[in-house]
Amino acid sequence: MIATESLSKRFPRVTALDRLSVDIGPGVTGLVGANGAGKSTLIKILLGLSPATEGRASVLGLDVATHGGDIRERVGYMPEHDCLPPDVSATEFVVHMARMSGLPPTAARERTADTLRHVGLYEERYRPIGGYSTGMKQRVKLAQALVHDPQLVFLDEPTNGLDPVGRDDMLDLIRRVHTDFGISVLVTSHLLGELERTCDHVVVIDGGALLRSSSTSDFTQTMGTLAIEVTDTDTHPDGTRAVRDALAAAGVTLLGTPENAPPGLPGAGHILLIEATGEQTYDTVRDTVADLGLGLVRMEQRRHHIAEVFHPETAASTATAGSTAAAASQAPEVQVR
Amino acid sequence: MSTDTTQIHNIGYRDYEGPRLGRAYARRSLFSQSLRGAYGLGRSAKSKVLPMLLLAVMCLPALIIVAVAVATDLNDLPLDYTRYAIVTQAVIALYLAAQAPQSVSRDLRFQSVPLYFSRPIERIDYVLAKYAAMTSALFVLTAAPVVILYIGSLLAKMDFTDQTKGFAQGLVSVALLSVLFAGIGLVLAALTPRRGFGVAAVIAVLTVSYGAVSTVQAIAGEQGSIDAVSWLGLFSPMTLIDGVQTAFLGASTAFPYGEGPSTGMGVIYLLVVLALVAGSYGALMRRYRKVGL
Repeated sequence: MIATESLSKRFPRVTALDRLSVDIGPGVTGLVGANGAGKSTLIKILLGLSPATEGRASVLGLDVATHGGDIRERVGYMPEHDCLPPDVSATEFVVHMARMSGLPPTAARERTADTLRHVGLYEERYRPIGGYSTGMKQRVKLAQALVHDPQLVFLDEPTNGLDPVGRDDMLDLIRRVHTDFGISVLVTSHLLGELERTCDHVVVIDGGALLRSSSTSDFTQTMGTLAIEVTDTDTHPDGTRAVRDALAAAGVTLLGTPENAPPGLPGAGHILLIEATGEQTYDTVRDTVADLGLGLVRMEQRRHHIAEVFHPETAASTATAGSTAAAASQAPEVQVR
Repeated sequence: MSTDTTQIHNIGYRDYEGPRLGRAYARRSLFSQSLRGAYGLGRSAKSKVLPMLLLAVMCLPALIIVAVAVATDLNDLPLDYTRYAIVTQAVIALYLAAQAPQSVSRDLRFQSVPLYFSRPIERIDYVLAKYAAMTSALFVLTAAPVVILYIGSLLAKMDFTDQTKGFAQGLVSVALLSVLFAGIGLVLAALTPRRGFGVAAVIAVLTVSYGAVSTVQAIAGEQGSIDAVSWLGLFSPMTLIDGVQTAFLGASTAFPYGEGPSTGMGVIYLLVVLALVAGSYGALMRRYRKVGL
């Protein structure tokens, strides 16, 4: 879908992109980077709106330098910032944007009704946008990017400003854009955790250069660690200790105990980390806890988080080990959101 | 096939296989949307009030003139076609001050511009569509009373050749006025995303410049320096139009003592007008280069 070849963009004072070569296939791709990493510059170049200083890029097989207009006809773009006039309704606005994409008047109206329904806007679409919640506005922004049925959409920070529930809804919607609508997605974020759930592939850029590009499963492969939290009872005033002893007796390897748990982990004092060797470990935990008559509050798989790619230790070990993946597996299990 | 006729349709996502009409169509759509918007069409009822009211105010004197002319059987219109816009310039300024910011400041203020530029249209299409729409809106406003006067003159059985010539001159004059004023109004409005500033700037530039120029012209006229009067006329949009139509379109000027610019001076007037139009276009293109994505 997208291919760049030593793409560079230099401004008088800063280098926004530095010989970036990356190949992005169909599906949902996350573009991760800190603020100023060059994400927006990359999107601008891919839309054919800003010439690259050097290197080449193509979108949908079309060269961005010569076919900007053709690309923009087949690609959607959802900007990061507010872009909706408050005094018109979502329907009017999206119809107008559909026509700006080249859809004839009747098709523009039909597609607008369809698209707004798909993003989850119903009766409220006839009311002025000024009265919408942030979540609804984000949906309108997404709708205007999808209304002309593009083959690819660029979503710039689509979860910005949303509360946790709105964030989850938006992430599900982005997933559906690919699975249900068949539109490939390039979504940018500086919140790494949320891309794990949504993306098939993650591209990490930093300082305008490619840090890593691989499938999401590579990033978050199962480490075989289970986190367990139990309740206390009258018979076992310290439930965590009781389970720990019982599990140790059952031959389960303990990876972390309340005493040596990594600092900063939520509920660190009550969480027991054990090594999961297979399906039977789950059964062992369940039976052990049940035998002791305790309540099992939590039993969850711990994964690598993409965040580890950005860890200071990781960055340091990347230089030595030469592989971010290897470094990530050595990094402590800390969830950074 | 099931014989049961009731069924639930799963309206899943449907692809769009129809035509995509591209850049020229998008530019035309933006033009018509902006032109309609300049009269509040396709917008809220509230936004129709001012432009429609101003259009009515603009046409009312023409209707009265026509009524009087037909009733009293005049041989000539009491007000020239070319003079009408100068007499009603306050209405034109008010209209431009209200609608130019509406046309361009909104997109800037609400940051909708990137949505346009992420589509097939380019900066030049956006600027051309907005400029053409504002010009057309002003032309509708200024040409409507001229058309009413012309129809009235024919109803009053005035001399057909004279009236048609005057009417044609009037139309050319208001067309030139529309292009010039639209450019100035849009540039001023596009400078700021704040609508209020845009309104104030347009009114200030149009009315204050006219007031200042005609006052200084009057003083210069008192002192008998006719040359100075002509040169001063270059410094306000309305006196520019006045000068051009006096020199080339057989109009009688509103300058002091009825002394309009000579034909040679008229060429300079025309050049200044064209330079201002080109300058407005250039300024708009520059402005939008900065607000891309």
